[in-house]
Amino acid sequence: MKNNQGMSIIVKTVTRVSVWLMVLYAWYIILHGHLTPGGGFGGGVIFAIAMLNVLLAYGSEFTEKWLKIRLLHDIEAASILLFLIVGILGISVLGGFLTNFILKGKLYELISAGTIPIFNILIGIKVAMSLFLAVLILAKTNIENGGEV
Amino acid sequence: MIVYILCFVLFLVGLYGVLTKRDLVKIILSVGIMGYAANLFLILFAYKSDSFYPILTEGKENLSRVDPLPQALVLTSIVIELGTTALLVALAIKLYQKYKTFDITKIRRLSG
Amino acid sequence: MILPYFIIIPLLAAFIITLIGGKKDTWGIALSIAAIVIMMVLSIYSFVIGKTETVTYSMSNWDIPIGICLVQDALSLFVLIIINIIALTSLLFSIQYIRHLSPDWKYYALFMLLITGMNGVVLTGDIFNLFVFMEIALFSAFALVAYGGKAEEFEASFKYAIMGSVSSVLILVGIAITYATTSTLTMAKIATILPQTEPIVMLMIGALFMVGFGLKAAAMPFHAWLPDAHSSAPAPISAMLSGVLIKALGIYVLMRIFFNVFGAVQIFKEIFIVLGAISIIVGVILALGQWDMKRLLAYHSISQIGYILLGMGLGTYLGLLGAIFHLLNHAIFKSLLFYNAGSVEIALGTRNLKEMGNLTKVMPISSSTSLIASLSISGIPPFNGFFSKLIIIIAALEVNAPWVAFIAIIGSLLTLASFMKVQRYGFRGEKIVEKIEDKIGLNMKIAMITLAVLCVVTSALIIPGIREVILDPVVNVLLDSSKYIQMLVGS
Repeated sequence: MKNNQGMSIIVKTVTRVSVWLMVLYAWYIILHGHLTPGGGFGGGVIFAIAMLNVLLAYGSEFTEKWLKIRLLHDIEAASILLFLIVGILGISVLGGFLTNFILKGKLYELISAGTIPIFNILIGIKVAMSLFLAVLILAKTNIENGGEV
Repeated sequence: MIVYILCFVLFLVGLYGVLTKRDLVKIILSVGIMGYAANLFLILFAYKSDSFYPILTEGKENLSRVDPLPQALVLTSIVIELGTTALLVALAIKLYQKYKTFDITKIRRLSG
Repeated sequence: MILPYFIIIPLLAAFIITLIGGKKDTWGIALSIAAIVIMMVLSIYSFVIGKTETVTYSMSNWDIPIGICLVQDALSLFVLIIINIIALTSLLFSIQYIRHLSPDWKYYALFMLLITGMNGVVLTGDIFNLFVFMEIALFSAFALVAYGGKAEEFEASFKYAIMGSVSSVLILVGIAITYATTSTLTMAKIATILPQTEPIVMLMIGALFMVGFGLKAAAMPFHAWLPDAHSSAPAPISAMLSGVLIKALGIYVLMRIFFNVFGAVQIFKEIFIVLGAISIIVGVILALGQWDMKRLLAYHSISQIGYILLGMGLGTYLGLLGAIFHLLNHAIFKSLLFYNAGSVEIALGTRNLKEMGNLTKVMPISSSTSLIASLSISGIPPFNGFFSKLIIIIAALEVNAPWVAFIAIIGSLLTLASFMKVQRYGFRGEKIVEKIEDKIGLNMKIAMITLAVLCVVTSALIIPGIREVILDPVVNVLLDSSKYIQMLVGS
């Protein structure tokens, strides 16, 4: 990006409203992952796109101030670590890695399917953070400078 | 049968791009096209006519369904391709920083 | 159950390192070495305990043909031990080498992901899961090749990434056709169903897998990425790539698929022989003309992989024994040679053989271990390389293929010639080097000495009493695939 100031006031105003709708939709997809098509990855990508909308509209300077990048890195690592820990709990409870060891509940209910919603949430956070951080780093790179050839 | 042939043509388009294009970005896109062709193959193999999508829905438990496993495989392979593309784009950016060009024929310090 | 921990431990280590890494590399070093030591002990322990039986583990407690399963038999444990031993020495060597590039934990996290991928490929019994683990290992390999941040490294990494992606797509198409004909992804189940289908299907899948995994193994027509990637990467990573990655991702998978799943079909064995013979000759001839030490070693990897393919192609007991034995030996001496090249690069700041000189005074350990490794790779007794090459040559004569034996001998002589050149110019030249820029640390010396000792010790594996205990169970897995298929019934 040439300037870090972002786009015009119209885009900024629209983004301010639409981002929250997109985040809401992302969480809807993530939380209903065990009932409908979608789930962790799909919802996570929508989450990342919501944050990337802010990046496009407001520029990378504002985005980095608004979202604490260091914190996002930690959340990314912690989410996959929690995923592994829940998987290892499966070994200790029922003897198989990633075993579904919580009560399954009733079919078609939001709170059901044991560990699958937990995994969906963790995967969603991981995908969102990874994708957002990857694109942020690519966008921040100054393509004209940096070579020492 | 015709869909399989078209799918194979898509694969060949990707392969042609990888082999003949000189621009780094076009090569990355061609690799992506090859990946899509492979994913399409998997989905086509799983397809059954007059079938329902393989997700349990209230009141539709007894319908015949398409095979869900290839769809899960395709989701996984899409994730992998996302990673590959991100990595290749990052490498292309770094190569542009170092060589000031996207032309693969001018990026040849290693040879022999 | 030990099996899943070979995947969980390195994965856990990688993400703990990213979380608590901070700005220094201390946590990275401590955690990654701890993880590798634990895995090495576990793998040797499981080899001692259960090398003759096939153990399975079903992920998430799903029944075996439905869910993903992990399979452990002598072959996978053997490769697992090689991976973890080389990884430990590589980490020891990395500590000083990587501080030169950037004092950062990122290297160690990527290294742990590389180990995760390779362990997973070796242990999994599900063909798509194998593909996923392969991609994990390849991603980290692409990133690690470019870790130094110089222009050549990005170029090599880009080439490697493009070739790797194309071959992965071919493998994915092969998996799609396999699933379409057999309706299963468990490799043992495929092995029972595939012989009943039309032979053209097996040829089609075989061709796709041969090209796909042949690219990973860098057999001759598919070798283009290897010299660039292996010579540009940091030295410990070159050792990992050349010593282990092309074997775990290429040779091991080729063995598993073409011997256990397809059941050692004659036409594929003939293709292996041709690929092996071409790789031996062309690889070593291309290596002769190189003056960049790491590039020379990279071309020798192609040639040595040719020996393993040749042994596999012969398909007899002796041929497979030679292939398995050479797989171990090549991992040891090629890693050692890359460490030598890396230590010279740190001390003198060059990889060009013409700029080196007599290093026996200033770097006694590097030059003496490099002599041992050079003698091993050229097949001089009593070092390990001699015995494995000898077995392959005897196996070729046994099945009345004298031209194969002839090619193997010619390849070995040319290897000797090119390593005479390395010793003559690189370590024992006329120009005596008095002063070096940078000292070689203790960790590097330990890594080199360990592997040099192993070069001599592993030749004891050929002694009849020891061979029956260690190498024969591994060969039996390849000769008799019924045990691998049996895992469907009993677990």
